[in-house]
Amino acid sequence: MSNAQEKVLLVTTSPHIRGPEDIPRVMWTVVGALAPAGLVGVYLFGYYALFIVILSVLAAVLTEAVIQKYLLGQPVSVKDGSAVITGILLAYILPPGVPWYIPIVGAIFAIAIVKHAFGGLGNNIWNPALAARAFLQVAYPAPINSDWRVLKQGGIFSNITGVDSITQASPLFKEFGGKTYNYTDLLTGNVPGCIGETSAIALILGGLYLIYRGYVDWRVPAGYIATVFILAKFLPAKIEAPWANDPIYHVLAGGLMLGAFFMATDMVTSPLTKKGLLVFGIGCGVLTTLIRFYAAYPEGVCYSILLMNTATPIIDRYTQPRLLGQGKK
Amino acid sequence: MLAGVKELKSFNGGIHPPFDGKSLSKNKEITQAPLPEVAYLYMSQHIGVPAKPVVAKGDVVKKGQKIGEAPALVSAHIHATVAGKVTDITFKPHPVTGARTQVVVIQREGDDEWAPGLDEPQDVEAMSPDDIRNLIREAGTVGLGGAAFPTHVKLSPPKDKKVDAVILNGAECEPYLTCDYRLLMEKTKEVIEGLKIIMKCLGCKNAYVGIEANKPDAYDKVRSAVGEDPHIKVELLEVKYPQGAEHQLIKAILGREFKPTQLPIEAGAVVHNVSTTYAIYEAVKYKRPLIQRVVSITGDGVENPNNLLVRIGTPIEPLLKAARLKEDANKVIYGGPLMGIAQPSIADAVTVKGTGGLLVMRNAGEWQSRACIRCGKCVDACPYGLNPSLLSILCESEHFQQAMEFNLMECKECGCCTYVCTSRRPIVHLIKTAKYELARQKARAQEAQKAKEAQKAQAAPAVTATAPK
Ligand code: SF4
Ligand code: SF4
Repeated sequence: MSNAQEKVLLVTTSPHIRGPEDIPRVMWTVVGALAPAGLVGVYLFGYYALFIVILSVLAAVLTEAVIQKYLLGQPVSVKDGSAVITGILLAYILPPGVPWYIPIVGAIFAIAIVKHAFGGLGNNIWNPALAARAFLQVAYPAPINSDWRVLKQGGIFSNITGVDSITQASPLFKEFGGKTYNYTDLLTGNVPGCIGETSAIALILGGLYLIYRGYVDWRVPAGYIATVFILAKFLPAKIEAPWANDPIYHVLAGGLMLGAFFMATDMVTSPLTKKGLLVFGIGCGVLTTLIRFYAAYPEGVCYSILLMNTATPIIDRYTQPRLLGQGKK
Repeated sequence: MLAGVKELKSFNGGIHPPFDGKSLSKNKEITQAPLPEVAYLYMSQHIGVPAKPVVAKGDVVKKGQKIGEAPALVSAHIHATVAGKVTDITFKPHPVTGARTQVVVIQREGDDEWAPGLDEPQDVEAMSPDDIRNLIREAGTVGLGGAAFPTHVKLSPPKDKKVDAVILNGAECEPYLTCDYRLLMEKTKEVIEGLKIIMKCLGCKNAYVGIEANKPDAYDKVRSAVGEDPHIKVELLEVKYPQGAEHQLIKAILGREFKPTQLPIEAGAVVHNVSTTYAIYEAVKYKRPLIQRVVSITGDGVENPNNLLVRIGTPIEPLLKAARLKEDANKVIYGGPLMGIAQPSIADAVTVKGTGGLLVMRNAGEWQSRACIRCGKCVDACPYGLNPSLLSILCESEHFQQAMEFNLMECKECGCCTYVCTSRRPIVHLIKTAKYELARQKARAQEAQKAKEAQKAQAAPAVTATAPK
């Protein structure tokens, strides 16, 4: 039965087809979903904000390429978009006026230490952008916390909109004048804050798109935001501000939307199952409100997500899927 | 849409491949394939103990003559699928298991004539359940959906288990395959008759026919064939893989669950697919052993996809050539794209009872696997409630015992997890390898145990045994 030109056949284990989703497709879609918030940021804070985003992305991508090529001898995977996301997310949670070296140092830390020292994409425990932000907070407290007025000076990277209020920190920083912003400004983003976190609408749009595409499970943002909303209403607040117990204000102001839709939903650092994701979202909400209400730091999103990242393996352990035919019928 | 989406019965998990490939062959009527010049009949074409050849080299056999005898209950007879002469009894790698397996080779000769006593109309009305079971057992009927579980065993439920539902599985959820669909369209009455034979054999009053909603014409045909019979319900099912797997079918139709490793009988149900039910009809009504079946020859690797009635043991090369194999075809699969088995060679492969499809792919490639990014897609897709992400990681790092604690052995290898995996991880491959490795370890441990016992038994006489020397 043998044949001179017998065909060479490929033999692999089943299944022999794959679905449409792969890492680059997921990651680049997330990049797209992040774009609206960034555009608002650049519109509000000027081209310097764009410059910060670009620096951060370049630093993240270059760091990854160098580590993979020269240190690990792996194929370079920067084209998959995951380092780009880390770069963007890091820039989005930096004040618009930070010195140029801050995003670079942050991105290098995020990629080299938080991501690759723990085994690279899929093995990192903490969200790289958030962990880098926490690191910068400690390493460079001055530019991170107070250098936010730089924009007022003008110059090539000046604020293109000329909106006055953009010289202050997050609306949750009552010490910066205790100014209260109306809901419309909070929704559109016409408030001071970090580059990508101010416009709730832009973030919600991007987030909803990711939910629609199936890259984000609604349980995380819904659990997170609903928990903050409820706790903010009913927990006794120590802060003296008109918005202290205003749940809508708490939900819209600060980094909550960015955190709930784009940070807490990071696949790698959040639980695996739907049950776990709901627990995770609620946990983030509880911690965020507790930090905002009772800790020295006015914003709780970054640390609460990092803490919940740490708790992910435990959540995973207790939220395993139910084997068919086991337990309830 | 035929019925409101809400009415469609379904299950949890599963996948919706966007291109199901059915259109390639679904409108091709079943035609008889040319008889093979030489038929190669494996003595193991079923789950269970291999059959023992009851013919010798040089024997002349008739079509349908028993050439392999099932030595145990969980086994199945093998019959000559062509009339001719036994030219060899040898060993060849099995197209499904890959193991070297005994094969009876028959060179076709003379007329295509049935062995005496076969191919005669039977009086089904007068039969007892045992008569039916015996005919089915004699016919060597096995599950034709791929798993090839001996049918008479499925029809002999343990005394303490009650069957209150027979399900005719017309879902045919594997993409590309259309053999069951064609049978439902062309042999509707016969298939329903087969279903009634099963009901009679099991003494079961209720039956269901499950058909995926993408086969509305088959649904209509079955509806009219069933007519006013109040005991047979025809159900439309959501188009989703693996809708036709026993667990998912029973969950969708009866709302009952049982563990992946358990049999449908635990849920009071018995499931047979269309091809098997047709084979049962042939076996009981006409005393025709299982010597042929419908095979879909399909995929983008052939110019002319079709559905052929193929004698079991037919070499696939002429079948593929007749369907005009394309130049760049580079993968040949027994079965569908999700659970089918890739063949190493076109020239050596022959069909077996479980072969319902030959799927030919062109430009098939491999996927670059990455570390798990914990997207959870595999967990959502697993219709059996496993954690494929964790299993793949544990199996990859060879933590087999831990994998067992996370239900490794409950995995049905349906492929859903691997299909959806964002990181393109070969999850099923890792799971299969782990199971294989565990089975090997177990076998080795058993051997070691035996050797130890043998040593112990010899320990006492050993002194005298060595003394004379
Ligand atoms: S192959 Fe196994 S683990 Fe994967 S989806 Fe199917 S049953 Fe679940
Ligand atoms: S689908 Fe793949 S990448 Fe996603 S969790 Fe499962 S194994 Fe990991």
